[in-house]
Amino acid sequence: MTQILFKDINKKDLHTLAVYEETGGYKSLKKAFAKEPDEIIEMVKASGLRGRGGAGFPCGLKWSFLAKDVFPRYLCCNADESEPGTCKDRELLLKNPHLLIEGMILCSYACRIETGYIYLRGEFYDLCEIMEKALEEAYAKGYLGKNILGSGFDLDIHTHLGAGAYICGEESALLNSLEGMRGEPRMKPPFPAVQGLYAKPTVINNVETLCVVPYIVNEGAEKYAAIGTEKSKGTKLVSVSGHVKKPANYEVVLGTPVREIIYDMAGGMRDDNQLKAFIPGGSSVPMLRADQVDTPYDYESLQAAGSMLGSGALIVLDHTVNVVETSLRLVSFYMHESCGKCTPCREGTRWMWQILHQIQTGKGEAAHVEELLDICDNMSFKCFCPLGDAAVAPVASSIQNFRADYEELLQRMTANTV
Amino acid sequence: MFAFSEQAEKEIEKILNKYPEKHKQSALLPLLTLTQRQEGHVSPDAMREIARRLDVSPAYVQSVASFYTMYTLGDTPVGKYTILFCINISCQLNGCDELLDYTAKKLNIQVGETTADKKFTLRREECLAACTGGPMMRVNDTYHENITPARIDQILDSLK
Ligand SMILES: Cc1cc2nc3c(=O)[nH]c(=O)nc-3n(C[C@H](O)[C@H](O)[C@H](O)COP(=O)(O)O)c2cc1C
Ligand code: SF4
Repeated sequence: MTQILFKDINKKDLHTLAVYEETGGYKSLKKAFAKEPDEIIEMVKASGLRGRGGAGFPCGLKWSFLAKDVFPRYLCCNADESEPGTCKDRELLLKNPHLLIEGMILCSYACRIETGYIYLRGEFYDLCEIMEKALEEAYAKGYLGKNILGSGFDLDIHTHLGAGAYICGEESALLNSLEGMRGEPRMKPPFPAVQGLYAKPTVINNVETLCVVPYIVNEGAEKYAAIGTEKSKGTKLVSVSGHVKKPANYEVVLGTPVREIIYDMAGGMRDDNQLKAFIPGGSSVPMLRADQVDTPYDYESLQAAGSMLGSGALIVLDHTVNVVETSLRLVSFYMHESCGKCTPCREGTRWMWQILHQIQTGKGEAAHVEELLDICDNMSFKCFCPLGDAAVAPVASSIQNFRADYEELLQRMTANTV
Repeated sequence: MFAFSEQAEKEIEKILNKYPEKHKQSALLPLLTLTQRQEGHVSPDAMREIARRLDVSPAYVQSVASFYTMYTLGDTPVGKYTILFCINISCQLNGCDELLDYTAKKLNIQVGETTADKKFTLRREECLAACTGGPMMRVNDTYHENITPARIDQILDSLK
């Protein structure tokens, strides 16, 4: 079992600097400082590491896009973790805050950044306190601040708490929120690498992505690239939730079949029920059917199967579920979290909710399913930011894969009225 | 009249140090959070004070504050303990709806309300990132996972 991020995760007091150092923590800094910043970027590129926040964008490549010779530059760590089903960053922050700090130092050195922010969702107040303590320890030990370990490199890292808004996980909305504005997404381009925080070049990475970087610097890009599949390198933290016996975060080598994750790692289905469907990458990706359970868990295979790896949240549904209820719950979420900036998303989520609610409560009409598909069609790729597309995913995929569930509710309703 | 406590003033100093001088507007959410935690709500008076400190207009503070769900705008504070009940997918699959009903009945209020003794506010909340421990609830800053009616009794009864 290859464990990179979770190697020592349950070690007692890992969150303290002393124990973290015992496990080899902060060793990568000296190695990094002996190299040129650009060499670190090349290493991360060569490792094949892709963003773990949802979009899967190649990490080293993102770093190399920073506007040349424009300073200051900023690093924003995305610790907003609000995608339904996803709770891996929380475990990392709770149990291993120094790993993130180490990753942020490496990224900042590579990208010549001198200020970093950790944007935590507002509900992570407890994690923010843990993070603050860890930062204090790192400053006291000289891993942060001026002239870190005599390298001449300076770095400050600060925490910043959000206040309850899923959309602030979207990188440009996160920047607006951090600047003290409403968390509405920005027009792209310009991309954050060119004009991000305070209109300066900015790197935005997910917690998990940054936590991988110390391993790459310590062990070498080749070693990381040797793990996983040809295009999906390394391991991924997968939050397995729903109807399994042992819901938890598992560190999975990319390319592992979904079946293995559900039945071996997570102990199989609750009450040995039958698997009906699974959502492989958080609420924003299409759900798949039980017969697709042998799909390898990696970016390409999940895409070929009609879904996405997303944030790495595997939500498992057994045969007792009618997916109309699942769609309703998720659409209700997107309606609540739509920032309201663009019409297709603001109105479309509400229309979908109204129809699904009618179907669910026995007031559905035969034409409703086609109406839903029509709304999906009018939202897909027509919204200002990806939240609109995300809202379509559960509805379109549940109709495509489980239309019978909709029909069952509609028929039950007709039977009742006759 | 609203005023930040002495403790809060110290916090504000630290907060303002995090951001470049000319971008002190970045402190807006942190200051709103401080206010919410100190008062249990964010009053128009408090918003005026925050506006003054950050050189923005009170209307601007309100427009930002109203975007986020964690601020209770107005003059009515939340209860001493705010219970946020996750109702999103992973928790729903594990029976959170029944537990939320149970809690509302136990406290003898509707979801969204505060008990008459101002002790508990009960809210429905979207995913709180504890999906592998669903059903879950957050009471003030503490996450409680894998809750059952018995656990809920135990937790709520232990709060003074
Ligand atoms: C609606 C929406 C919500 C998002 N929420 C998060 C989040 O909570 N955490 C996160 O890391 N990325 C989130 N993202 C993705 C970010 O926009 C961005 O791609 C990511 O933080 C980049 O980091 P990475 O390359 O390391 O993955 C979200 C995107 C969208 C469209
Ligand atoms: S798609 Fe939705 S969340 Fe994104 S900008 Fe439009 S309204 Fe806002």
